[in-house]
Amino acid sequence: MAIKGELILIKYILKSGIRMILLILAISIAAFFLMTISPIDPLQTNVGQTALGIMSQEQIEQLQMYWGTNENVVERYLTWIKDFISGDMGTSLLYHQPVHDVIVQRLFNSMGILLCAWLLSGIFGVILGMLAGANEGSIVDTSIKGIAILFSSTPVFWFALIVLLLFSVWLKWFPIGFSVPIGVMAENVSLLDKIHHGVLPTFVLSIAGMPNIILHTREKMSSVLKSDYILFARALGKTKKQILWQHGLRNVLLPAITLQFASISEIFSGSILAEQVFSYPGLGQIAVTAGLGGDMPLLLAVVVICACFVCGGNFLADIIYHIIDPRIQVKGKQL
Amino acid sequence: MLLEMEHVTITVGQKNILKDFFLTMQEGEFVALVGASGSGKSILAHSIIGITPKNVICNGTIKYKGSILTEEKKATLLGNEIVLIPQNTSYLDPLMKVGFQVAKGKKDKKSLEKVKNLFQKYHMEESAIHKYPFMLSGGMTRRVFISSALMETPKLVIADEPTPGLHKEVAQQVVSHFREMADMGAGVFMITHDLDLAISTADKIIVLYDGKIMEVTKAINFQSEDTLYHYYTKELWKCMPKNGFYHSPIQQTSTEGCPFVHYCQKAKKECVNKIPYFAIGESIVKCLLAGGKKQCY
Repeated sequence: MAIKGELILIKYILKSGIRMILLILAISIAAFFLMTISPIDPLQTNVGQTALGIMSQEQIEQLQMYWGTNENVVERYLTWIKDFISGDMGTSLLYHQPVHDVIVQRLFNSMGILLCAWLLSGIFGVILGMLAGANEGSIVDTSIKGIAILFSSTPVFWFALIVLLLFSVWLKWFPIGFSVPIGVMAENVSLLDKIHHGVLPTFVLSIAGMPNIILHTREKMSSVLKSDYILFARALGKTKKQILWQHGLRNVLLPAITLQFASISEIFSGSILAEQVFSYPGLGQIAVTAGLGGDMPLLLAVVVICACFVCGGNFLADIIYHIIDPRIQVKGKQL
Repeated sequence: MLLEMEHVTITVGQKNILKDFFLTMQEGEFVALVGASGSGKSILAHSIIGITPKNVICNGTIKYKGSILTEEKKATLLGNEIVLIPQNTSYLDPLMKVGFQVAKGKKDKKSLEKVKNLFQKYHMEESAIHKYPFMLSGGMTRRVFISSALMETPKLVIADEPTPGLHKEVAQQVVSHFREMADMGAGVFMITHDLDLAISTADKIIVLYDGKIMEVTKAINFQSEDTLYHYYTKELWKCMPKNGFYHSPIQQTSTEGCPFVHYCQKAKKECVNKIPYFAIGESIVKCLLAGGKKQCY
């Protein structure tokens, strides 16, 4: 039975894995063609309006040939995807560096923030949601719920601006932007400096990710507490603390974990706005720069990598649910 | 007296679910409360234990071993002396292995050893300890409940509809375990709508209709129609398969008096007024015409 269950799980993983790859491929196609119909002319943005104006027709054609902007769209996509799969992401038009290097550096910058924000929003979201659900109707519940609803309807960039204003401009506790101090040699930047610069973006992103998990956990907690098995636990003379600890947490955590993995996408999309506000050189920020600058290779790489994270998150959420929920594990046939 | 209830009235919102309920129960006695679905039986069980939602208001006196059952008392008695046998699988945490639920979340060796012994006693494999509730059959679920009740030495067992969805033999077996508990000295209060089952195992039967007790009688009296006194009890008796499966339609009437005033052939004018309880032998009947002289309760 156990072996059969594992086989089914492996089959399921393979199947969703293939589906995920196809989806990412489709995303890259969509992004590519959207970029080609974008009104931003890569030549104009990169060379500059005036420079383009004084260039001779031959020079422009040479440049077009060099960048391949006048080639057939399908052909261009096929060339790009072929190189991309073989590991060559091309050269960024804006940074004049291999896209690979630009992305790795930015990803590294963003990763710390994203991971911290994801963990913080998950942990505190579950704790606050449980607190609210366990005290349904009380002042604790209404305040937590109210704040969660308030923040879920607050745009991330606006909240980021307010935080920036409060903590950087008025209180001067944190720097107003960037990932490292200005005017300091790269080798002299300490870890503490980096953390100091990362605090505000992390804070904003964790707050932005929290309402979802809070409200979900709260709802789940209150429905768990209304369930028959909690009645029975009470009939067995268990205290409220025991009930929350033994039954509440167990039943709330499972959907919370799934939700948290699925919410990787939200943290990612939030990071684009937050990094922009804090001028934080992360993945989100180059996505904006590449998009506005018509930097096709860079933007496509960012899109594909983000898609990988988002799909990967959803995929993991799915798999984890199947592994940790005993009901699904045994009823493997239903996968 | 193990359990005494007097003038117990349960209100849900504006609606009176149970009206003027009374009960006396001794150690070792098996009392069954019989009534149609939706007559407020389960809420009564939950009220005794004190696990009803906030909108359920329970008035009246409930005494356990001679003193009023207060919240503080319940806190120490529940799960030890007073146990609940619930209805179905939904009363088990779906994500917790049943063995640990029976051990009330304890994981020490002594508790698990006890669980193992109880499972053995009720013919369950040791591996059932590590099963999740959805893996259990209906009969097994009930045996798990019984095991959890017997983790301590219960004095009062309250079984809330413990048999629906069970095959007749399995239901019989489950109820026979309750009989064993009663024979061991515990008071068993079983709520059920399975009259047959109640008659075959209980000592005393309380017949409930529309939230009111119609008749309290010994189970043995159900052997013949003549030893039953109330119109409704007699109708119930006739409904039983072995007594002809006869079924008469009864429509709810909202009179102060007897709800069967339009059906009972002996009905008199006074039957529309409020009807007291009369004692006939050991039976208690809410009927003017049953021949009871002594008004009681």
